[in-house]
Amino acid sequence: MGDVIATNQTILVVGGGISGISAAIEAAECGKQVILLEKSPSLGGRVSQLHKYFPKLCFPSCGIEINLRRIKANKNLRVITMAEVAKVTGDAGNYSVEVKIAPRFVNEKCTACGDCSNAVESEFDDEFNYGLKQRKGAYLVSNMAYPQRYVIDPRMIGSEDANKAKDACKVGAIDLQMQEESLTINVGAIIWATGWKPYDAKKIQPYGYDRFANVVTNVEFERMADAFGPTGGKILRPSDGKEAKNIAFIQCAGSRDENHLKHCSRICCMASLKQTTYVSEREGKSTVYYIDIRAIDRIDDFYQKVQADENVSFIKSKVANIIEDKDGNPILKGVDTEGYNRYENQHDLVVLATGMEPSIPADAFPMDIKINEEGFIEADESNGAIFAAGCSSDALDVNRAVQQATGAALRAIQVVNKVAGMEG
Amino acid sequence: MSEAEMKIGAYLCKGCGIGERLDMSAIAMITEREAKAHIVKEHDFLCGEEGVSLIQNDIDNEGVNRVAIGGCSRRAKTEAFTFGDIPVTRANWREGVIWIRPDTDEARETTNDMAADYIRMAVAEVKFMHKPEPNEERATNNRLLVVGGGISGMTAAVEASKAGYPVTIVEKTGALGGIAAQLHKRVPEKSPFAEPVDTGVAELIAAIDADKNIEVCLNSTLAKTDGAPGRFEVTVATESGSTEEKTFGAIVQASGFTPYDANKLPELGYGKSADVITQLELEKLVNDGAGDIIKRPSDGKQVSSVAFVQCAGQRSDKEGHLPYCSGHCCTTSIKQALYFKQSNPGIDTNIIYTDLRTPGAGGEDFYRSGQDKGVTFTKGNVSEVSSEGDSLAVKFKDLILNEDAQENVDLVVLATGMVPNSGPNIDSELTEEEKNAEEKPISILNLNYRQGSDMPQLKHGFNDSHFICFPYETRRTGIYTSGPVRRPMDIFQAKEDATGAALKGIQAIENAALGRAAHPRSGDLSFPSFQKSGCTQCKRCTVECPFGAIDEDEQRYPQFNEARCRRCGTCMGACPVRVISFKNYSVDSVGQQIKNVEMPDEFDEKPRILLLACENDAYPALDMAGMNRIEYSAFIRIIPVRCLGSVNLIWITDALNSGFDGVMLMGCKKGENYQCHFVKGSELAQIRTSKVDDTLQSLSLEPERVETHEVAITDIERIPQLINDMAATIERIGMSPFKF
Repeated sequence: MGDVIATNQTILVVGGGISGISAAIEAAECGKQVILLEKSPSLGGRVSQLHKYFPKLCFPSCGIEINLRRIKANKNLRVITMAEVAKVTGDAGNYSVEVKIAPRFVNEKCTACGDCSNAVESEFDDEFNYGLKQRKGAYLVSNMAYPQRYVIDPRMIGSEDANKAKDACKVGAIDLQMQEESLTINVGAIIWATGWKPYDAKKIQPYGYDRFANVVTNVEFERMADAFGPTGGKILRPSDGKEAKNIAFIQCAGSRDENHLKHCSRICCMASLKQTTYVSEREGKSTVYYIDIRAIDRIDDFYQKVQADENVSFIKSKVANIIEDKDGNPILKGVDTEGYNRYENQHDLVVLATGMEPSIPADAFPMDIKINEEGFIEADESNGAIFAAGCSSDALDVNRAVQQATGAALRAIQVVNKVAGMEG
Repeated sequence: MSEAEMKIGAYLCKGCGIGERLDMSAIAMITEREAKAHIVKEHDFLCGEEGVSLIQNDIDNEGVNRVAIGGCSRRAKTEAFTFGDIPVTRANWREGVIWIRPDTDEARETTNDMAADYIRMAVAEVKFMHKPEPNEERATNNRLLVVGGGISGMTAAVEASKAGYPVTIVEKTGALGGIAAQLHKRVPEKSPFAEPVDTGVAELIAAIDADKNIEVCLNSTLAKTDGAPGRFEVTVATESGSTEEKTFGAIVQASGFTPYDANKLPELGYGKSADVITQLELEKLVNDGAGDIIKRPSDGKQVSSVAFVQCAGQRSDKEGHLPYCSGHCCTTSIKQALYFKQSNPGIDTNIIYTDLRTPGAGGEDFYRSGQDKGVTFTKGNVSEVSSEGDSLAVKFKDLILNEDAQENVDLVVLATGMVPNSGPNIDSELTEEEKNAEEKPISILNLNYRQGSDMPQLKHGFNDSHFICFPYETRRTGIYTSGPVRRPMDIFQAKEDATGAALKGIQAIENAALGRAAHPRSGDLSFPSFQKSGCTQCKRCTVECPFGAIDEDEQRYPQFNEARCRRCGTCMGACPVRVISFKNYSVDSVGQQIKNVEMPDEFDEKPRILLLACENDAYPALDMAGMNRIEYSAFIRIIPVRCLGSVNLIWITDALNSGFDGVMLMGCKKGENYQCHFVKGSELAQIRTSKVDDTLQSLSLEPERVETHEVAITDIERIPQLINDMAATIERIGMSPFKF
């Protein structure tokens, strides 16, 4: 890795998902020096794993393509992947940030030709597909991966396969001796955009995510709908590979629940409504079990459109529990609160609309920062020049996350402009 | 630059298997002798340090001022192959040739043909690319104009000022504050999200008063807005009739909303009983009672029971109702129920809703706070509110008990929605209702643009454009809408939105100063130039520009406002006499690529199909087809275009005339859920190509020879299929008779 030049007029953005990318590029396009850190080998974050966006049903990779082009064209912006912040010290206008960079074992010579991947045999769970399929030990994260550079899985290091990968590379891009690097950079302001992770569905015991093969989460379902995902774009039951035609969506799975996440994750209603369109496109039927349908503000018309689809039905109910019949069909039990009728409904597949949990646990932030009870960063004077962007600040949809990240870019610019003003 | 001064270096990469798959010596000879590159060099690993310095050295020491690279896609190794402002073209041999063709003896010849054509095209293109010259339109005014002095406008002003930019707020009324100033309190935006809190309006006004960097024009409106980013010339008119000219770098439109007219809801008792009021009227009632004792309007009796009717005239397809949800009303009703609970916990407060929408961490906590304090929440549909003796009867269908129910209360609060103050809809005629209305929509900006006085609207009267990835992607560069004029929102969101809009305004100011494009072609220094001599004043460019960048001068010639331009090239595509071009993208830069494809004769059985592919969606999808080794016909020749809107019909007719057997166009989805980031480009291209039939007829060619497709970036398998289908069609209908 080349020299990283940063000063107290530099803005550091932590997290390379849609919020971090947006904050970084918006600030850089105002002429500011920006460093963007991403923990994983590639930019894009959670949205890159989505099949479509609501409400336009367009594809996230389209917006990512534009943003990547903006990044490639901007000299003010430096992207560092596989990097995590270990510690932040200092004050607004003058922070010292300790960064740890994990070894990728592939240097910048990589042309992404794929020879290393072809040479190796070992396979691991594919994180990009939430472990629903395997990938090679030498791999490119996705079709849209940026930097477009392969990665060697650290678990392969020391094996015969690792040497095969190295030998296959004609340009000397594989460096099996690569070590973790440390870097200390001086910056003026920090935008924290580490985003969210899906709530651990195993914790919702009555729904049996860890016991029943045909209970999946909404994020996994997105991968199933993708033509390059684990099922080639078909909605197949994990238990027997049969096409699922009668699908249940359980809203607020682990959200709005004092035993799990007490907040509403905002996006899950719209996400499920969107996912019913995947089912209808494939001539299946959807049943949405919900408490309130939160298709907020202007995009309520999407809800109205889905309601008009005869293949989609709605049941107002918090599902009590799920059992499985002998054929592996999940059976949902509960009470339909509109009229108080008990039900026991059989489905082919259940999709849990699990919510958003902040990626960083409240006690694991490498700096002093004000966190609310839900674990999100709260704007506060005591945070100095550390500003949350996107889902680090609240459960937000993509539009609001980008909007909020754009605002965070301005807050950071205010600080570095002040520094510049004082230094002349 | 003359031919003599032009020195083209062509660099042929043999890495990634290219050298093994292609006949490099033959291709190098073609590059030199046919394409006429001045320097031709081969390298085993061109993107490596040595390869890049080889090119840089030729630029520095050999006078190379044009670079054509044969190797990987232009989407790969972009940073390595950027050499300052030297024009660079890329022949996509990797993703576009060797990865999509089988490695067989049979395929070898056609694969080589493909690669040879791509380097011919790359050299031809770079000959017609020039360094963008500094834009004369650069202007450096850095003052931000904020239209509207409500929460959104005040926030935008304060935040921009904090970053060092001077601001002027133009407010229609006699005071700052907007509708938020009428509120008693607001929903909390920080934990513990339990009680209503101060609105913060006074604090914002005080900050503005104390800020010398912020100028406030009250009782003022915009009589005229002219110019472009960096040099908006604005006439500010005061109520008294005086006007003043001011110059601004960028504009934030925060014109807010008007509360929905509850008189349209007689079935809910509004206008019939003084005790049926809107949420906003309740705020006044509470303020009048100093927040302590809330008395009902009809007789001053202390309110002991109140019902809140959610979604009043909203989320409804009834005529005159709002089809959308206003987003804030659920938490607003909870806040208002807490006003009553705070004055006396014994007051019955019932919120009747269909879906309670309290998202995020704060929303759900606040909902629970309402529940904890005894606010009742009833899932129901209210059908009627009427006076009954001393009280109001609220009739509703209880959706939980599934039965009709009635509740008698002292006061009914209707949660009516927000109607955006977005001005007239420039894209449509006035509706009958609007024509008959006493008050017609008043222009907010009075833009002196060829394409209309205000920001285009997208849906339900809201000003917006793309509303997922790029919430501030407006269709008028340098003008950003913010707050409820964009989508319904509460105070907290309006402040967040205004901060983002202020940043975009600042960015527009910085871009204008450097003559740089805004996204999606961020940083592009090129701009459209036109030759007046050939122009026929047909006005197609001025009408079709998706961004209203082109006006007409006194002599009715197009007048380009470069700083408004987004460099999509739609004007270039529209021009029937081809007098519009960019330094680095022109009718020639694409046309010459088409002409330089080697055309085998009719009996060679090697058809040629031209594909003009949108660079944002179709072209990346084709690259990804390559990455996944999805094969497609070797007869295709692909040219990326900035937008399908930039496709000039001459390219299609020239291609057909020169013997191409088929022409394909691929662009983004159009219509209501359009995915074109130049908004209209894809749509306009489809309209234009519908006229290709005449050309085909005059040439006696089959209509199947020209196809336009809407594609997405994810059509990684579909696009190769479409190409193969076209190849099959050509095989069926036969070769073009126009080979020479």
